[in-house]
Amino acid sequence: MRRNESDDTHGHGSPGAYFAVFTALMVLTAVTLWAAYQHLGIWNTPLALAIAAAKAVMVALIFMHLRSSPKLTAIVVATSIVFLAFLILITLSDYLTRPWLPIYGR
Amino acid sequence: MAEGSHAAAHDAHDAPRELRHHFVDMEAQQEASALGMWIFLVTEVLFFGGMFTAYVIYRASYTRAFEGASNLLDLKLGAFNTAVLILSSLTMALAVWAGQQGKKNLIVLFLTATILLGGTFLGVKVIEYKQKFVHHEVPGPHFVVPEGLPRQSEMFFSLYFCMTGLHALHMVIGIGLLLWLIARARRGDFTPRYNTPVDMVGLYWHFVDIVWIFLFPLLYLLGRHTL
Repeated sequence: MRRNESDDTHGHGSPGAYFAVFTALMVLTAVTLWAAYQHLGIWNTPLALAIAAAKAVMVALIFMHLRSSPKLTAIVVATSIVFLAFLILITLSDYLTRPWLPIYGR
Repeated sequence: MAEGSHAAAHDAHDAPRELRHHFVDMEAQQEASALGMWIFLVTEVLFFGGMFTAYVIYRASYTRAFEGASNLLDLKLGAFNTAVLILSSLTMALAVWAGQQGKKNLIVLFLTATILLGGTFLGVKVIEYKQKFVHHEVPGPHFVVPEGLPRQSEMFFSLYFCMTGLHALHMVIGIGLLLWLIARARRGDFTPRYNTPVDMVGLYWHFVDIVWIFLFPLLYLLGRHTL
């Protein structure tokens, strides 16, 4: 296993990067609080989730060193997202389509 | 006899004492540990994923009840806890960084800060839970449907307690791991060559932070625009 090109010291982050991510996370938390009070119709939750996803990506890339990890680690992380999507979407494909059918016990 | 010959082989190569004999070098051992930890975290994603799925289904079915019940949560405390947990992730990242430098005192300092912040989070959670008990918003025989809300608001609180409770359990386990790390750091176990345990607990702690990053908007913020 070989580390990626973008190695700095020992393939890991520096305190400077950590403080920058911390600041960004705090700012995004403030943004999501502000956005929650805006009238965006159906878009309130998608926006909140997009902000949360952005925060999660920053934590994973910098705090968890994913950026400087072997590609195999990135594949493992991607797997978790794929299977989480399976879990939620396929379950929803059942629940959300039940009203379409005139079947007892739906 | 076999033990002896392994030890002899290690001595011959002048290998570090932390290196298990089935790894080529410390870097390979560290990467194997990290990969194992990430695979564990994948199972954790799906563990929490089951609850997120339940949340999505019930929220889609009882949107108004969920929005109304969510607005009964204490947003100030929730936002404060979000900030505390992000700050604890920063101190954890700094502890891992200090571990890579082998700076014993800094490791202990940052781990202690992380524990204090984690403890603050749990303390605030206790205050929030107590409020819910006082207001009869805990699902069960003493639950009183909040005024003007559909009775399915009880389902929101069931999910609220399950999801935040499971998250809090992870925090408690994390604090236990941090205490263990502090004891090892004080013993001088961690050097620039070997600091894998600090790194692995760091991954776990950041993962728990990520779970909260999603829980916060989904539990506290979903109905605020209706106020």
